[in-house]
Amino acid sequence: MPDQAQILPGTLDLLILKAVSLGPLHGYGVLLRIGQISDSALLIEQGALYPALFRLVRQGLLKASWGVSENNRRAKFYELTAAGRKRLREETESWNRLAAAMAASLAARAEGI
Amino acid sequence: MFAYLRNLGVKLFRRDQVAEDMEEELRSHIAHRADDLEHSGLGRAEADRRARLEFGARERYKEESYAALGGNFLDTLLKDVFYSLRALRKSRSFAVTAILTLAMAIGANAVVFGVLNALVLRPINVPNADSLYGIERSDTSDPVQSYPDYLDLRDRNRSFESLAAYRIIEAGLDSGNNPIRSFGYEVSGNYFDMLGIQPYLGRFFHGSDEHGPNSAPYIVLSYAFWHSRFQDDRGMVGRVLLVNKHPFTVVGIAPPGFHGTLVFAFGDFFLPMVDTEEVDGQDLLNSRETNWIYLALGHLKPGVSPAQAVADLNSIAGYLQKTYPKEHGSFHYSLSRPGLYDEALGRPVEMFLTGLMLLAGLILLAACANLGSLFAARAADRSKEVALRLALGSSRNRILRSLFTEAAMISLAGGTLGLSGSVVLLRALSTWRPLPRYPISVPADPDPNVYGAALLLALVSAILFGAVPVRQVLKTTPYQIVKAGWQAAVGRRISLRDVLLVIQIALCAVLVTSSMVAVRGLVRSLHSDFGFDPANVTIVTSDLRMAGYSGERVPEMQKRMLGAMQAIPGVEAVGLIDWPPLISGVYEQVDVYSDQAGDLSPANAVSSPFSFRISPDYFRAAGTTLLAGRTFSWHDDANAPRVAIVNPAFAIKLFGSTANTLGSSFKLQDGARVLVVGIVEGGKYRGLADDAAPAMFVPVLQSPALGTNLLIRSSREPQQVAGAVRKTLRSLDPGLPSYIETWNQHMDDFTLFPTHVAVVALGVLGIMGALLSITGIFGLAAYTVSKRVKELGIRIALGAQKSELLRAALGRAIKLLAVGSSAGLILGILASGVLSHIVYQATPRDPLVLAGVVLAMALLGLIATWIPAQRALSVDPLILLREE
Repeated sequence: MPDQAQILPGTLDLLILKAVSLGPLHGYGVLLRIGQISDSALLIEQGALYPALFRLVRQGLLKASWGVSENNRRAKFYELTAAGRKRLREETESWNRLAAAMAASLAARAEGI
Repeated sequence: MFAYLRNLGVKLFRRDQVAEDMEEELRSHIAHRADDLEHSGLGRAEADRRARLEFGARERYKEESYAALGGNFLDTLLKDVFYSLRALRKSRSFAVTAILTLAMAIGANAVVFGVLNALVLRPINVPNADSLYGIERSDTSDPVQSYPDYLDLRDRNRSFESLAAYRIIEAGLDSGNNPIRSFGYEVSGNYFDMLGIQPYLGRFFHGSDEHGPNSAPYIVLSYAFWHSRFQDDRGMVGRVLLVNKHPFTVVGIAPPGFHGTLVFAFGDFFLPMVDTEEVDGQDLLNSRETNWIYLALGHLKPGVSPAQAVADLNSIAGYLQKTYPKEHGSFHYSLSRPGLYDEALGRPVEMFLTGLMLLAGLILLAACANLGSLFAARAADRSKEVALRLALGSSRNRILRSLFTEAAMISLAGGTLGLSGSVVLLRALSTWRPLPRYPISVPADPDPNVYGAALLLALVSAILFGAVPVRQVLKTTPYQIVKAGWQAAVGRRISLRDVLLVIQIALCAVLVTSSMVAVRGLVRSLHSDFGFDPANVTIVTSDLRMAGYSGERVPEMQKRMLGAMQAIPGVEAVGLIDWPPLISGVYEQVDVYSDQAGDLSPANAVSSPFSFRISPDYFRAAGTTLLAGRTFSWHDDANAPRVAIVNPAFAIKLFGSTANTLGSSFKLQDGARVLVVGIVEGGKYRGLADDAAPAMFVPVLQSPALGTNLLIRSSREPQQVAGAVRKTLRSLDPGLPSYIETWNQHMDDFTLFPTHVAVVALGVLGIMGALLSITGIFGLAAYTVSKRVKELGIRIALGAQKSELLRAALGRAIKLLAVGSSAGLILGILASGVLSHIVYQATPRDPLVLAGVVLAMALLGLIATWIPAQRALSVDPLILLREE
């Protein structure tokens, strides 16, 4: 298993939005999807997912409906709303800007200044 | 926003469904995880266990998820409320004790605040009472004015919209055949217009109705008087009433809520002031010396500040001093709130009520201390539950919140109960007439202020006593407690609980001390030297003016009355005085000058002694000792040289000593020379607190007495005397309204009234303090015993003596009691200095008081520790061993 990083505060919502944007998922599925797309590099405590999911639903970024999972169990599936898609776009852009700025800053050398 | 509301709605109305939904989702998650683990080769049972472990603190996440759904506050509150209700139901005796304690404390506060609110805080019941001010003079203790001064103030000021004046008079009212004595207001013509109130029926009189003395024979009745005396008879308007035998036309009825501009005095009628000569028999309208108007009052003009108004009034004061130097010493004006007869009565009442409020506040604090330690004990007992909740992932915040909810619920229940009790009390108080002869009562009907104050106090106390166990909860570590069980704070020598209890006992001791000081003061003032002997004396209070006597007919009738009373069998002496000392509330003070004085202006006066107008036999009837010289005779009349009898204080003030007083003379303001013919013992004249005040007595035939009060000394039964006196009076003049009662009775009602009030109020608060201490000490002792039952059992098994056992079980409680009591006693002695302003001769440096307090506190301790002591002694080690 590769080294796992605790995720930065505030980034969990963005990860969930991303995971769900790839197709409707139930809670456990969201966890698996995040593990999959981050190459198991990001660690999320399982229970911590739910407060975030409920928060996103309340903000109208996700909507939820009961269905049946691939294991043939009842599960609640989440998908993006239009507002959620818009938010994902904005957050992704601002994350990229931040990440680029951080990378550039950390790559600076003495002679470059 | 919409989503939030919908969520809130869903949560509030479908709470169970939301919870179920969440539960199912989490279960589904764990099942999916377990499925995966099973695929990787684990057995199903092991997979389930691992999945649950991996999920983490499930209750916490559930709670957080719940919080994330929003609209939480109400919801958690509801949950906390239900939880607290359940918890309280389980410990019913705890809840009942706490609620009753608080109800008592908050009730006491609400009652005291209700009275304070009614008398001091609430403005009088007229429109725009905020801008209404009374005018006060710096050179008299009462805010009185003379009529010409009032006219100058009214016409020369630029600050008041208009300036009205009133005084209170007692008059005989006769609507046909049944004369009654009744109190009412004598007011300036513009009184009603200045106040801006409208009549209930008919009309009011106005400034324009006044055309000089006795020009406005109109009377307005108060609604209550009209209702009770004339049964709401609308035909009264336009009818003629006889006021002291003079015809007055009833022009209108005042509105229901209005009883005059004194908060506590309920007048039956309102008469124009210009008729005062006709009503009162005295021409007061032109005399600048006689200050008889109670209060001049009016609304400040918009934009005029009180400071500007005072400056304006003082320029008038300057004018008055310059223009009429004979009648005015140096003085200035100030403004005051008009409802409580100004500062004269307002200040002592305010001081007493503030003091009482303070004490009531202390009671509440003591109750909070009590409840705080109850809560701390309860939190300690529940530490296992708290630890369990913490271990299951509940947050400390949440636990604290539920503790506070419990405190708030108890305090709200206690507050509601206390408030309802106080409402009943306040309602009863407002219909109570403390002095049956006077139209005085406390209009203490509770209003929103009182309700608000009680609610606020309830919440504040909830925060106070709810905060006590906070530290305890914050320090709880679930691991230790689940493992070891709760250990009572071992090692800490003085706990918060102890401090609270000491404070509480000290407060109680303060209250007990002050109530004992007050009671002792009352007892002493009953036995102090008044300068007369009220025992065996019956007083007839009457006023010949009410029966239409005037001029020469007054002394003539007075002489006839004295003669008739003297003829009653068993009567030893009969005297007449205009207003008897200590009980009438009317005191004449005159300026006196030395015999050589040329300039007779107030600044030159040597003294302002109390002055009484008496008949020759007064001193014998009153039981006042003549020290030197002679008493008056009926020959001291208008044709004889003017004479006076003085007391030693007067003699020393005017002549330096009593030795050369007899035969000396002094001057009155009108220039008359008065010869001193006798010296009588000093005494109390205006109040019990009088300290060697100068006084003089003059004969009624030289200075006619307006009041006619007969003192009848007889060793027969007061009832028999009263019956004989009543019959005699009727035979003299059946139309003369009068009261007959014993001097002692009258003193009890009138002079000692403030002392009685103080004793009752302090007594009630003292008893409450004592009850609170008992519950506090009892709580501590019982708790200690129950926590140390095991230890006590072992001690018994090892053969400990009873005394040793008791020391172990109750030593701490007793020690705290001793510390608290001594602290309280010292504080109480310090605080009693304040009391001496209200209760005459209230001194804490009194061995009886000290002994009483010590005894009372010891008794309290005994009562409070009795049951725990019994319990400690009856511990049976065998049963204990079997239980463990």
